[in-house]
Amino acid sequence: MTSRPPTGSRSARDLERYAALFSTRTNVMKSSAMRDLMAVIAREDIISLAGGAPDMTVFPAEVMAKVMATVAADSHTRALQYGPTEGLEDVKEAIVEVMAAEGTIGVDPQDILVTTGGQQVIDLFCRTLVDPGDVVIAEAPTYPGAVPCFGSYEADVVQIAMDGDGMRVDELEATLDRLAREGRRPKFIYTVPTFHNPAGVTMSLPRRKRLVEVARERELLVLEDNPYGLLRYEGDPLPTLYSLDGGEFVVYLGTFSKILSAGVRLGWAVAPQPVYQKLNIGKQAADLCSSSLTQLFVSAYFRSGEWPSLLAAFKERYRRRRDVMLESLDEFFGPDATWTRPQGGLFLWATLPDFIDTTDLLARALEENVAFVPGRGAYLDGRGGSSMRLNFSYVGDDDIREGVRRIGRIVQEQVALYGTLTGSTPTAAAADEPAAPEDLADVLHLPRRRDEERRARGSE
Amino acid sequence: MSRIAVLKGGRSLERQISLRSGARVEDALERLGHDVVGIDVRSDLVRRLRETEPDVAFVALHGREGEDGTVQELLEILGVPYTGPGPSSCARCWDKVLAKHLMRDAGIPTPDFYGFSEGAFRELGAADALPVIEGRLAFPVVVKPARGGSAIGIKFASDAAAMPSALVAAFSYDRKVLLERYVAGSDLAVSVVDGVALPIVEAVPVEDDFYDFEARYEIGRTRFVCPAQLPDGETERAQELALEVWRLFGCRGFARVDLMRDRETGELCVLEVNSVPGLTDTSLLPQAADAAGMPFDELIARLVELAAVAA
Repeated sequence: MTSRPPTGSRSARDLERYAALFSTRTNVMKSSAMRDLMAVIAREDIISLAGGAPDMTVFPAEVMAKVMATVAADSHTRALQYGPTEGLEDVKEAIVEVMAAEGTIGVDPQDILVTTGGQQVIDLFCRTLVDPGDVVIAEAPTYPGAVPCFGSYEADVVQIAMDGDGMRVDELEATLDRLAREGRRPKFIYTVPTFHNPAGVTMSLPRRKRLVEVARERELLVLEDNPYGLLRYEGDPLPTLYSLDGGEFVVYLGTFSKILSAGVRLGWAVAPQPVYQKLNIGKQAADLCSSSLTQLFVSAYFRSGEWPSLLAAFKERYRRRRDVMLESLDEFFGPDATWTRPQGGLFLWATLPDFIDTTDLLARALEENVAFVPGRGAYLDGRGGSSMRLNFSYVGDDDIREGVRRIGRIVQEQVALYGTLTGSTPTAAAADEPAAPEDLADVLHLPRRRDEERRARGSE
Repeated sequence: MSRIAVLKGGRSLERQISLRSGARVEDALERLGHDVVGIDVRSDLVRRLRETEPDVAFVALHGREGEDGTVQELLEILGVPYTGPGPSSCARCWDKVLAKHLMRDAGIPTPDFYGFSEGAFRELGAADALPVIEGRLAFPVVVKPARGGSAIGIKFASDAAAMPSALVAAFSYDRKVLLERYVAGSDLAVSVVDGVALPIVEAVPVEDDFYDFEARYEIGRTRFVCPAQLPDGETERAQELALEVWRLFGCRGFARVDLMRDRETGELCVLEVNSVPGLTDTSLLPQAADAAGMPFDELIARLVELAAVAA
């Protein structure tokens, strides 16, 4: 017999009864039209440049079977049992190895809290530090997945502009000064310094050093979210904020999602002990412990010694796809668009003329069976309307090229239509003042001055 | 007991809403003792319908496929009785520009409007006529995709400078747009089941002024007043208007007529007709039926019954 709840008989009055029970917090936890529209992306005929998923075909099925068999043979009762909240020592060894691979040497396993994905660290960090109305500093744009998390803890998020060298630390300092004058002390600074999601840029070494100094001078915590640091396709590696700081004011967030498997749902935090203890208590309340099964899977896999070659395979594949995407953008996006050229990671950020709203553009793109993430999801203040995040890790070379071609055609159509509507030719206007590709400030700052001026002229 | 195919999902932007409507309808039909087959509409629809051999198809498909008459046309060809109006009625309701022409010609009040295709701007220089249009409609001008539901893609242009980008945005959803005079006032929905107008639902957004997509489908974002509290005689007037629209468009089974009541003048006008109204837990028609003493299951039973009668 079916035991499904009788949803169909719910009347409007019943719904109002539920509504009265919701916390006021849920008023901030807005669902978005786009989230529902994104459901369409699940369709098989859609080329999705929207996700952030790794390409798990890189991981051979027979290796998974072998590692699983090892886990079953060596530790099946532990794998099927609860584990300690802070995580199994076995997997912490793998975490120390991963961090060392990026140059962060000598991490004390006692400072590592194993979590259910990197996302849980953001949640636990907010849970531990944020009272309603507290200021949290983030980049503009910021990781779209952090936005609902900040929202659900009612943080007042202040976003700091970025350019090609990452977060503008001078602007950060000015903002901190202003907040200090207002008597407000931010609880933490959230940053993705390396191969930023969604912006695709990397914080320069001078800025890293200055950011760490600023955190020390003002005794502020920095949450360094670093899922992509090991996915570098060119250029020299930069030290993590955590290694520059020595783990006093920087809390490190890592994850296996992009360098091994997203499905194991394992991430970690490395935090100074007072913060660690609070995060640990928060995690007990959230889920007691992360999966023992996947922790043992990860540690068995690392013991097999195959991880470095897996990482190399991911990098090789993603580097090629990034190149295909950049070439396709050059070919199809036209002179009115600009985009970042990431040295690693999974994403780049493209900005269109500001009369195009990428949330609306997505509707037309879905008609053409292609999808991206509209930029607005990366801001809390309504900005980002003309930008989009494009992912190059998940779909193959041909689909990347075809997807970018379709989006490019729509963009060009809309630019032409706007020109018809205003009697202007945006392309010619842009040609007067060509956007240098390296001028990433122009890519990330919104709105662009040139377009404002043009609009002002149009309204005369 | 009948075998009933519930058509839902599809490719449109309202896919998720349709899946919610469809799931609720399936639950109700199961409770009513029917043999229920849910069909997520895609390229194998005709084959699925032939295999399923349903006694009735319940169309819970919003957006283009469900509301422009296409699915109804197919069901006619296959000889499957279905809920809601037929192809010609759907076609008239679906295109807001056509619908408003029909209403204006029939003397039914609807806000002033102009409809344009993208081609009119690209090829006929319609942009040069924008100042005249703006003068006649006054700002803010409402810019809507001509075809589409759930308030998706609706823009409000507050001045002439905002018009081009509002148009570009609306053209992202459809190749034809509607420019409409803005009416400040209350959103009223008159649901009609089998030619009988149900109690009116007024949707009062909790935060914003506009009853938008989020406000429509998120519990707690909109306060619903049913029956709407209107001055003497206005409820009857609104219901009579809805029935006039119902007859004009040749509706069948059920429909929802959306009206505005001008805050200043108290005048009523009709915005649009929905031939496959939402049946989610925050949708308006089920609330109206409930207020009329017709719980959801009874409503669904009645719609299935009407489908069989019409066939």
